[in-house]
Amino acid sequence: MRLTAQDLAVRRSGRRIFANLSFALGPGEALMVTGRNGAGKSTLLAVLAGRLKPEAGTVAASEVGEATLSECLHVVGHRDGLKSPLTAEENLAFARDLLGAPTATPRAALEELGLGHALRLPVAYLSAGQRRRVALARLLVCRRPLWLLDEPTAALDAASQAVLAGMMARHRATGGLVIAATHQALGLADAQELRIEAPAPAPPTLARTTVAADEVWW
Amino acid sequence: MRALRALVARDLALAARVGGSGALSLVFFLMIVALVPFALGPDLNLLSRIGPAILWLAAVLSTLIGLDRLFQADEEDGSLDLMTGSPAPLEGVVLAKVLAHWLTTGLPLALASPLFGLLVALDGRAMAATALTLLVGTPALTFVGAVGAALTASIRRGGLILAVVVLPLMIPTLIFGVSASESALGGTVPFTTPLAILCALSLIAGVIGTLAAAAALRWSE
Repeated sequence: MRLTAQDLAVRRSGRRIFANLSFALGPGEALMVTGRNGAGKSTLLAVLAGRLKPEAGTVAASEVGEATLSECLHVVGHRDGLKSPLTAEENLAFARDLLGAPTATPRAALEELGLGHALRLPVAYLSAGQRRRVALARLLVCRRPLWLLDEPTAALDAASQAVLAGMMARHRATGGLVIAATHQALGLADAQELRIEAPAPAPPTLARTTVAADEVWW
Repeated sequence: MRALRALVARDLALAARVGGSGALSLVFFLMIVALVPFALGPDLNLLSRIGPAILWLAAVLSTLIGLDRLFQADEEDGSLDLMTGSPAPLEGVVLAKVLAHWLTTGLPLALASPLFGLLVALDGRAMAATALTLLVGTPALTFVGAVGAALTASIRRGGLILAVVVLPLMIPTLIFGVSASESALGGTVPFTTPLAILCALSLIAGVIGTLAAAAALRWSE
């Protein structure tokens, strides 16, 4: 698939987050979104996922057939979408049925991420890094061409970061797209970089910034 | 269809596993029904006359239990984002979640109501009538409640707002539910008239509630 964003501008709670963002991604390409905390990286991903309406500009996907953009993408963000009382396997099986286009089984996906032993453990028993790995395993259980990753390496150990880099490389080799908001190198070879520059908020607007942060989706 | 079946199955599994809002609302139902004889005294004639009304009031209140978490729980942990990314329409998602909620609250209430009718001295005929009206009327309560749950999904501690928004909308269901149960005990109106209206209310709530809840979820994004 191809993804084109043109002149995106976003305003939340009256505060302008960013403006005039444009990029284009073709099959197999990757985009690293960088910027200081609060610059709007997660907001950009929310706009791409269709969960926020941009104030101006357009996001368009092409070469995807009849599917809408939100049906072509995987999101792994701060809110991991896992139900604590259910086991890792049940969570992944549910995502697989819900999202459609199943590929790997939950067991295979978890083993790939080194969590084969946690298959039948309730997610509530897992650590933050392990939960993140279960959420990342969702990328493998159904095939979707665009991956939106919001700080995917947060809470991950070095070995898991390498596994994630391998997953992303394989995904791109089969024509997939990766957009990652990050503060670290992710092992994305020749990725484009989009740096969101925003002026530091002035002290009087600080209170409003906290209000807006409460409303942030993920 | 497969996505929606998975969603119903997941919600049922969750209800069973966390200690379940289903069992909790049933206990709450029992509590309210059990409190009334203590408050009114052991006047069996009075109790059996107002018994159906008490059961219906208790059903309305216990439907509210757990309703605030219907969409909020999924909103908080990001599951709702997964559902909006599903090929299934959001209306289908709402329908699946309401169905699972009704199976764990409304249906057990209706099935248990003959038993609880004993506490308010209902005779067999009144028990059967009340159970039947609860069976066809509780879906309306759940659908109406789903609209409020969707509206308050992103509000923390939205349970009270939910009750305030939703309870007035449950009044028609309450009126026809109680009047159908009472007309079974005799009176000028045949039993089927208010019962048919109650069925109609459930069907209307099913259509409007599903569309409105899905619209509220989209809008809150």
